[in-house]
Amino acid sequence: MTTLVQTRPRLSPFTAEATFINRSFLHSVRDVEALLMAVVLPVMLMLMFTFIFGNAIDPSGGYVDYVVPGIILLCAGFGASSTAISVSRDMTTGIIDRFRTMPLRSGAVLTGHVVASLARNLFATGVVIAVALLVGFRPVASPLEWLGVFAIVGLYILAITYLFAAIGLAASTPDAASGYGFILLFLPYISSAFVPVETMPGWLQWIAENQPITPVIETIRGLLMHTPIGDSAWLAVVWCLGIIAVSVVWGAWLFRRKAGRR
Amino acid sequence: MTLAIDARGLRKRFGRTDVLAGLDLAVPAGTVFALLGPNGAGKTTTINILTTLVQADAGTAHVAGFDVAAEPEEVKRRISLTGQSAAVDEVLTGTENLVMMGRLSGLGRTEARTRAAELLERFGLTDAATRRVGTYSGGMRRRLDLALSLILALPVVFLDEPTTGLDTRSRQELWSVIRSLADAGTTVFLTTQYLEEADRLADRIAVLDNGRIAAEGTADELKARIGGDVVELRDAGGELLVELPTDGTVHGLRAAIDELDRRAASGAPGVSVTIRRPSLDDVFLAITAGGSPATPSADGLARPELIESK
Repeated sequence: MTTLVQTRPRLSPFTAEATFINRSFLHSVRDVEALLMAVVLPVMLMLMFTFIFGNAIDPSGGYVDYVVPGIILLCAGFGASSTAISVSRDMTTGIIDRFRTMPLRSGAVLTGHVVASLARNLFATGVVIAVALLVGFRPVASPLEWLGVFAIVGLYILAITYLFAAIGLAASTPDAASGYGFILLFLPYISSAFVPVETMPGWLQWIAENQPITPVIETIRGLLMHTPIGDSAWLAVVWCLGIIAVSVVWGAWLFRRKAGRR
Repeated sequence: MTLAIDARGLRKRFGRTDVLAGLDLAVPAGTVFALLGPNGAGKTTTINILTTLVQADAGTAHVAGFDVAAEPEEVKRRISLTGQSAAVDEVLTGTENLVMMGRLSGLGRTEARTRAAELLERFGLTDAATRRVGTYSGGMRRRLDLALSLILALPVVFLDEPTTGLDTRSRQELWSVIRSLADAGTTVFLTTQYLEEADRLADRIAVLDNGRIAAEGTADELKARIGGDVVELRDAGGELLVELPTDGTVHGLRAAIDELDRRAASGAPGVSVTIRRPSLDDVFLAITAGGSPATPSADGLARPELIESK
């Protein structure tokens, strides 16, 4: 009788990752509301900052050139925050235990969510830039600098997505995950995204200058508009890699600890 | 006899509670084994340890010949788990769920599609194949859930309360699938709260109580442990007034009938007495209510205070 039963074959490399990426893509495409939010909201914000606040902040009409990098990061934050909800949903339904009792690399499910988030947000970034160009955004970047912009935006998306994935693992319910994520989305406002740091009160300046968003913004702005970058570029890279490292270690620990618990 | 599951002295403590307090299990390959127990008895913890999700604090467990703690990857290659909450992806369709699991089980794209179609057919889900699982009824989800565990014919399948929340028809359909699995050589380890399920399905049954196996055997062996028949007293409307187990002797039966007189107005109009074979329920209650089961007391009554209803 035992000859009829079979053992799971060993998977070829990256089959699991590819399967989970495909799954997360299907999730992204089918969650129409979230997809619309991820694209429409940043566009609305940009139009609001350009046409409503823009002239008050910078009467010369050049505010759109200043604000685009901030909108891009804000948009990436919104898009990535849904990763926390997806991960939390996986953890709180039984599906994660099914995956965990299969011979799969433990991070493969998360890789799926992260890659889908990266693709989703790079697409949204493209839409934001396209709309920005329509409303008068005039960047002076060379093709190589554009490449740099997408590289640093991609790195930032990865960092914040990994962080949101870890938050999704830590949260007890998808609703809680969405709540924690909200705090992170506030961070761009306390940076050089919308107004120069020098215009803030002293204590807030210190926060704004020493948080990860500011160097990322200054790097993107420097590449697009040729404003001085200084040490922002390497600070941005160090911040992003640091966030990824911490999130991956924290996430892996949570993933192990939560096995078999719901 | 090869053992598909061999667990010895499993212990697990959560906080101050001993969920498992020295659990022993021996499940022969190719059989259906039911772990029976009230809520909180440690059924799911047992499954979690055997499926490598949770580490035991003490004791050893071998599944399909491999140590769950030392060689979890080898164990994982030989088992599948259908947990208590339906482990399905609600955003994907039935087909997509099965194809995903097929790919994760090492099937090629075409192979995975073929297998998905076969399983949808077998579980009566063909019509719903292209619908998102979010729109499925509870019974359909549970069927898909089980189908996802059966992509490959693996040596050991774990089912944690597989029919909880299902209607009678779906339950019976699942039962026939589970039986056919065992007939094809798969060992099925299931937990259940339904005694009928264990009775109908399982080759062997273990009753889990307070983190230990309180009794183990075939359904008949367990029923025999409680001794003889059960005497029931019902009122004119058929409502159960008292039921008492007996030890199977004439003396025991007489003692039980005397006891009925003492406890209820057995002479009232319309009140009738019946004698029936003990059910697994009687066994279960006798065992899990504490103390040693089926030990007839001096008057021939096996713990009547535990089994009295009303």
